[in-house]
Amino acid sequence: MRANVRNAVRRGLYLDSVALMRLSREIAALSGVEDAALMMATPANRAILAEAGLLDSDGQSAGANDLILAVRAQGAEAADAALAAASLLLERQPSTGNAAVPHSPRSLRSALGAQPGANLALISVPGDYAAAEARKALGCGLDVMIFSDNVPLAEEVALKREGKALGRLVLGPDCGTAIIGGTPLAFANRVPRGDIGLIGASGTGLQEVSCLIAAAGRGISHAIGVGSRDLGREVGALSTLAAIDLLDADPATARIVLISKPPHPEVVATVLARVGQSRKRFTMCFLGAVAMHLPRNASAAATLSAAAEDVLGAAIAPVTSPMPAARDGLILGLYAGGSLAAEAQLVLIAAGRPVASNAAVPGASALEAAAPRVDRIIDLGADEFTRGRPHPMIDPAVRSTKLRGALLDRGVAVILLDIVLGLGAHPDPAREVAAVLAGAPPDRPHLVASVTGTEADPQVRSRQIATLNAAGVLLAPSNARAAALAVDLARG
Amino acid sequence: MAEPTPSRLLRHPLSVVNIGLPQFAADLAASGVPVCHVDWRPPAGGDGELAAVLARLLGDAAIAAANREAVARMLAAEPVLIDVVPASAAIPALGEGKTILHAGPPIAWERMCGPMQGAIAGAIVLEGWAGDLAAAAELAAAGGVRLEPNHHFGAVGPMTGITTRSMPVLVVENRTFANRAYATLNEGLGRVMRFGGNDADVLKRLAWLRDVLAPALGKAVRAANGVPLKSMVARGLAMGDEMHQRNAACTSLFLREIAPWLARTSAAGVELAEVLAFIAANDQFFLNIAMAIGKAMTDPARNIARASIVTAMCRNGTDFGIRVSGTGDRWFTAPVEMPVGLYFPGFSADDANPDMGDSAIVESIGLGGFAMAAAPAVVGFVGAGSAAEAAVFTQRMREITASENPHWTIPALNFAGVATGIDVRLVVETGIAPTINTGIAHKKPGVGQVGAGVVRAPLACFSAAVAALDAEPEAT
Repeated sequence: MRANVRNAVRRGLYLDSVALMRLSREIAALSGVEDAALMMATPANRAILAEAGLLDSDGQSAGANDLILAVRAQGAEAADAALAAASLLLERQPSTGNAAVPHSPRSLRSALGAQPGANLALISVPGDYAAAEARKALGCGLDVMIFSDNVPLAEEVALKREGKALGRLVLGPDCGTAIIGGTPLAFANRVPRGDIGLIGASGTGLQEVSCLIAAAGRGISHAIGVGSRDLGREVGALSTLAAIDLLDADPATARIVLISKPPHPEVVATVLARVGQSRKRFTMCFLGAVAMHLPRNASAAATLSAAAEDVLGAAIAPVTSPMPAARDGLILGLYAGGSLAAEAQLVLIAAGRPVASNAAVPGASALEAAAPRVDRIIDLGADEFTRGRPHPMIDPAVRSTKLRGALLDRGVAVILLDIVLGLGAHPDPAREVAAVLAGAPPDRPHLVASVTGTEADPQVRSRQIATLNAAGVLLAPSNARAAALAVDLARG
Repeated sequence: MAEPTPSRLLRHPLSVVNIGLPQFAADLAASGVPVCHVDWRPPAGGDGELAAVLARLLGDAAIAAANREAVARMLAAEPVLIDVVPASAAIPALGEGKTILHAGPPIAWERMCGPMQGAIAGAIVLEGWAGDLAAAAELAAAGGVRLEPNHHFGAVGPMTGITTRSMPVLVVENRTFANRAYATLNEGLGRVMRFGGNDADVLKRLAWLRDVLAPALGKAVRAANGVPLKSMVARGLAMGDEMHQRNAACTSLFLREIAPWLARTSAAGVELAEVLAFIAANDQFFLNIAMAIGKAMTDPARNIARASIVTAMCRNGTDFGIRVSGTGDRWFTAPVEMPVGLYFPGFSADDANPDMGDSAIVESIGLGGFAMAAAPAVVGFVGAGSAAEAAVFTQRMREITASENPHWTIPALNFAGVATGIDVRLVVETGIAPTINTGIAHKKPGVGQVGAGVVRAPLACFSAAVAALDAEPEAT
C-alpha cells in the first residue's frame, strides 16, 4: 500500500513544542500511521518535516505562526483518520485533575521535613534494616517503636544503650503492641483512657490485660511494649526500666502492670529494685515465674487474668451458664497469641494436667518429646509457622487447617482458641472459625474460646462473640477462664 | 554528645513517622494522629555491606560539617560573565600540541560513541590538523591527538562538549572565590557539533562563531564590565526556565542586557544584526552560560576533606561520571543510561545515542531536572502529565540534597529554593537517582539532535563514591 502524506494547517495557533511533541507521539502510535508530527511552521521546522517525508503542499505554504499537523500513513483512509485524531487531540482540554500529587517521602529525613513535629518513629521494615532506621530516628531526637522482629540481639542492646544515652525510649524490637495517650500503635485494641499503665514484653499479653480492663469499664493511661527480649540477660531490661521511669513520672498513671515471660534472674533484681523506689503500686505478671521476693508496693499475678483482677480489685466471673457434658480426651489449644498460649499452659499445669507445647512454659514439655496422650497448646505465631507466611492473627489460614484436622481427631475432647481483635488483626476471625465448624461432624470436640478485643475495635467484640455463639463455640470472658473451662470439659 | 533530654512521648500528642507497613499509617490517620508514611525501600539497593557503610557515614559529624562548608561555598558564589576569548587563551594546555577536550569523564578514542568520534573528527578538520573527516578519524585512532575531559581544565561543554584551541569560550568568574570556568558558545539547534555534526555547514557556523560572534560578544561583555548572572538565573526561574531544556527566558534576559553594549562596541551594521539575530534565534543560547555558572559555583566546593557533596556530574556517551568533594579529583563512573523522552519527526528511540555532555553540571547546582517545577512547559519530557507531577520530581530531588538555594526559588513551589548540594549518601540511602534533563543525539556521527528527554544518573557511581568516602582517612 502506498504511503499517504497529509498536512492540515491551523493559522495563527501557537502551541509549545513540547506539548506538540507529546501529541505527535500519540498520533504516531495510531494503527496504520507511519509517522506524525505537529510543529509550528517555522522555516527550520518545515525543513525538518520535509526531510522526514511529512510535508505536503499545504504545509509548505504555512507560515511561522501557523501550526502544521502532518501525518504519513498507509493508505488515504488511515491518513485521514490520523489527521482527524490529531485535530481531536488538539481540541482536547488539558486535564485539570491532580492539582496536588501526594508526595510520599523516601527517607526519615525527608519525612521530618514534611512533618517537623514528629516525635515517634514506628518501624516495621525487615529486621535486617530496622536497626539502621531506628538509629537514624534516635539521632533525630525521636522515640522509636520497632515492630520488626529478627533484629540481631547485639543491635538491640546497642540501640537501647543509645536510646538511654539520648533519653529516648526504644520500644521493641519485636514490639507488636503499644497504646500511647489513647492511640493504638501497630497491633493494639481501642481501649478507653484511664489511670492504669501497662508495660509488656509481649504483644498479646498487653492486649489481653488492656481489653480485660476495658471490659470492666476501666481504662489505661499508656501501654508500653518493650520487646520480647528486653528482660533477658543481654538487654538487661533497659527499655522496661525506661518505661517504669516514664510511667512513674506520669501524672495520668496511678498504678502499673508489668507483663513478661520470667525475666533472667539477674535482671529480676534490677527491675524489682526500681519498682521498690516508686510510690505507685505495681502488679508483676511474669508468666511462669517461681515465687519471688517482691517490694512492698508490688504484688504478683500468675496469669494475665489474675493481673487484670489484681489491678481492677475484682474477680473476672467464671463461666456459669449451663455447659455440655465433659468428653473423654485431651485438650488441644490452637493459639494465635504467644502469651495467651503461655497463659493457657499455666492454667492447665495448675489444674494438674501434663501439657506439651512448641513454646513450652516452665513445667510444660516440648511438643516433640511429649507422651501421646497429654494436652497440647500450639503457638501458631511461632517462627516455624510464620516463616514466609503471615501471622495467624492476620491470616487465620494456618489455624483453620489445623482446626479442620482437630475436629476429626477422636482423641481430642476440647479445642481451645484465642480470638484476637484490634488494629492490624484479621477483619473477621470469628467468621473464619465458624466457616470451619460448619463442616464439622455432630460429635465433634467441644470448642472453647475467648475474645481479646473491645467494642471499639474494628471487628467489634460483641459481633465476634455472636458469630462464635451461633457456631456453637463456648465463650469465656478471658483466656484463663477459657482454659479453666476446657479443664472442666475434658475428662482424661 | 548533648545532655540527654527526657522523652516527652507520654506528655506530648503523638506525631508519627511510619517506616514500613502502610497499614499502620492508615490506622494512625484513622485515629486522627498526624502521620507521615515513608515510601521505604532497602537502602543501598539491599546491599547489606554497603548499607552498613552508609549507616556509619550518615551518622558521621565530620561529614555533616564538611558538607555544610561545601554547600555554603556553592551558595556564596557570585558568577559573572567577564569575557569571551579563544579557548587557548583561557586554557593554555589547548595551545600545546593537538589537544581536544571532550565532555564527560576520561575516555579513550576506541570506547567513544559515534557522535563523540564524529565531533572530534570535525574539530580536527576545523583546526586544520587533517584535510578531511576520514583523515581526521585516522589521526585520532592512531593516537595523534591528546584527548582530555573538559572538567580537567575548568571547562564544560554540552553533549559531545568538544573544545579546541580556536573555539571561543565564555569566561565566567566567581567573584567570591576568584575562580573561573569556561564553556564554548552554543551553536544553535539542529545539525551541530555538540550532537556529533561535522559537515561543511557545521564547520562554517563554527568559523563564524569564532570570527564574528565571539569577538563582538567579548568586546561587549568587557565594555559592560561583566554581566552578573546569579540574579539573571533567579529571574529566569520565575519566568519558566529550568536552565537545561528551557533557556528561553534567560536567553532573552541576556540579550536584553548585552544588546546595548553590542550596539556600542560593534562597528558594522550588518554584522551587529547578525549577532543579535543569532542569539535571538537560539532559545538555548544561555545553556552554555548556565553550564559555566555551574562549573564556577561547584569548583570552590571541591576537595573539602570528608564532604560527600557532588561537585560534578557528566557523561561522555559511554560512561557517566561524578566527582565528590571529599574524594578530590577521582571519577566514579558507570555505564551511562539511555535517555527517555520525545523524538523529532522521523526519529525514534532506535536512533538514540546514550546520554552525553557536561551539561549535568546544572543539575549539580539545583537547576535542570532539579528545577523541573519551575518550567511547566517542559514537563512533558519527564512523562509527567501535569505541572503538579513535575513538582513531585523537584521535591524528590530535595530528598537527595543537603540544602536549598535561597536565591533561586520556584514560584510554583511556594518559592522553595532549588535543591542544592547532592549528597551521595542520600542518593544511596533513598535509591533516588538525580534526574537530568537532556537532549538526545543520533547514535551515528554527523546526524545531530533527534529528541530531548530525561535520564537518570546511574546509582553505581554514587555507591562507589560512598565506599570510597568510607575508605578516606579521617580529617586531621
